[in-house]
Amino acid sequence: MRSISFRANDESGSLEGVPFVVKDAICVEGVETSAGSEILEGYRPVFDAAVVERLEDSGAVFHGKTQQDEFGFGSFCTNCAHGWPRNPHDTRRVTGGSSGGAAAVCAATDEDVLSIGESTGGSITNPAAYNGVYGLTPTYGRVPRTGLVSYSNSLDKIGVLSSSLELVARGLEAISGSDPGDQTSADRPVPDFSEESSPGSLTVGVPTQLEEVDLERSVQNNFETSLSRLENLGYKVERVDVPLLDPDICVAAYYVMAVSEASTNLARFCGMRYGAEGNPADYEDFNDYFSQVRGEKLGEEAKRRIILGTYARMAGYRDDFYVRAAKVRRKLINQIEQVFERCDLLAAPSMPGVAPTFEEAQDMSASETYAMDALTVGPNLAGVPQLSVPNGEGDGMPTGLQLIGPHWGEKPLIDVARQLDGD
Amino acid sequence: MCMEEDKLKQVSDNARIRLTEDEVDAFSNDLDDVLEKFESLQEVDVEDTEPAFHPVELNEETRADQKGSSLSQEEALSNSENTERGYFKGPSA
Repeated sequence: MRSISFRANDESGSLEGVPFVVKDAICVEGVETSAGSEILEGYRPVFDAAVVERLEDSGAVFHGKTQQDEFGFGSFCTNCAHGWPRNPHDTRRVTGGSSGGAAAVCAATDEDVLSIGESTGGSITNPAAYNGVYGLTPTYGRVPRTGLVSYSNSLDKIGVLSSSLELVARGLEAISGSDPGDQTSADRPVPDFSEESSPGSLTVGVPTQLEEVDLERSVQNNFETSLSRLENLGYKVERVDVPLLDPDICVAAYYVMAVSEASTNLARFCGMRYGAEGNPADYEDFNDYFSQVRGEKLGEEAKRRIILGTYARMAGYRDDFYVRAAKVRRKLINQIEQVFERCDLLAAPSMPGVAPTFEEAQDMSASETYAMDALTVGPNLAGVPQLSVPNGEGDGMPTGLQLIGPHWGEKPLIDVARQLDGD
Repeated sequence: MCMEEDKLKQVSDNARIRLTEDEVDAFSNDLDDVLEKFESLQEVDVEDTEPAFHPVELNEETRADQKGSSLSQEEALSNSENTERGYFKGPSA
């Protein structure tokens, strides 16, 4: 946990008495909100994020904030200013990232906890799989982001993790729907996610591009077992072709967009108004002051991504990088929409392997780490919903099955997961 | 495409991030490697494709141009020690 900070709540509602925690990047009034970064140390918001308000209005009880990679920059939760969370299944291993603390707390506690995470490129699916819990990343715009410390405005999505699928469904129901504070939140009806219904006779597509990722044997075996179980439940499973889910292209398009947007979003963190500060009198001018505070207080990965994003947006490069990546995203969405004309959902492993040890994670180069997101960045780039479902073990560590739906198609994912759970 | 040290320093200046010499050495290697991976985007034919700056269609309606509630001055200043007479205090301009 980043902090334990109980706040009593006597509201009644659909989540009455349910304990909830939120990722550090989500604002809670009066509770330090640093998004895992030194540059926001000491920042205590004067308001609650929309999702916190909604959960408390439903009777849920706030219990604290969870560790994360700085601003969400990471796949292992090892880019944290405030210590590394450890995987409850094996404390020598990482929790995954960036919502690593959000998943680990679900796996570590006996009581079911509703844990609010955030995904930009896989930050819910990844730690959910590594910790053996459910993790639902909703459609972009389903859940308002008012009060989220933003990383990448066209990719960030607030979602739900828990050991209990029913809490995931009830939690998503409580936090979904438009909010005037977030223009990108969608004014659409919110389905009864918590109401069990039969998904009917569905066709499950397996994108061949995601099967080409180098998978650990246990992940491959558990995935094949999951597909057999889906067939036994009466679903038709077929291979489908989505050329732009090619991991090399998806990882490139995703990172170009994410770092470009991060470099502008994070410009506001400069040592003024909130968070870490220096003594302004010691500096010649604003640029001198900002550069020094940001150089000292931003972590290594944050600096790397901001610099990459600044480069990708520079005059002469913007069309080749950011605009091109946005065009690739358009084509990817078109291809995914086409495949959903004949399939009801897609399935893939959640992560290529089980959680690595801290040493293994530290030995990876930046580009090797980015490649770990091969299975998750495509759906995140397209903004479609994903649900990671625990589907077995390898080396004593959990693995996950990733169910992917069309835009606004969270309900069938939950219903299919219920069937797998009861099988 | 690669990032030479001079270019890296120019970019980090634009980003308002002061790097140490060790960071310049480490990042210039890392960033070359990552930028090389980004090159795969050039393989995709995107002619006549409109960019998707968001993954779903957004409501383009903006709020009415009317005065609304906002933070009080006390709330706005409450997270900074560098304040004076109701303003944020910065370096000399």
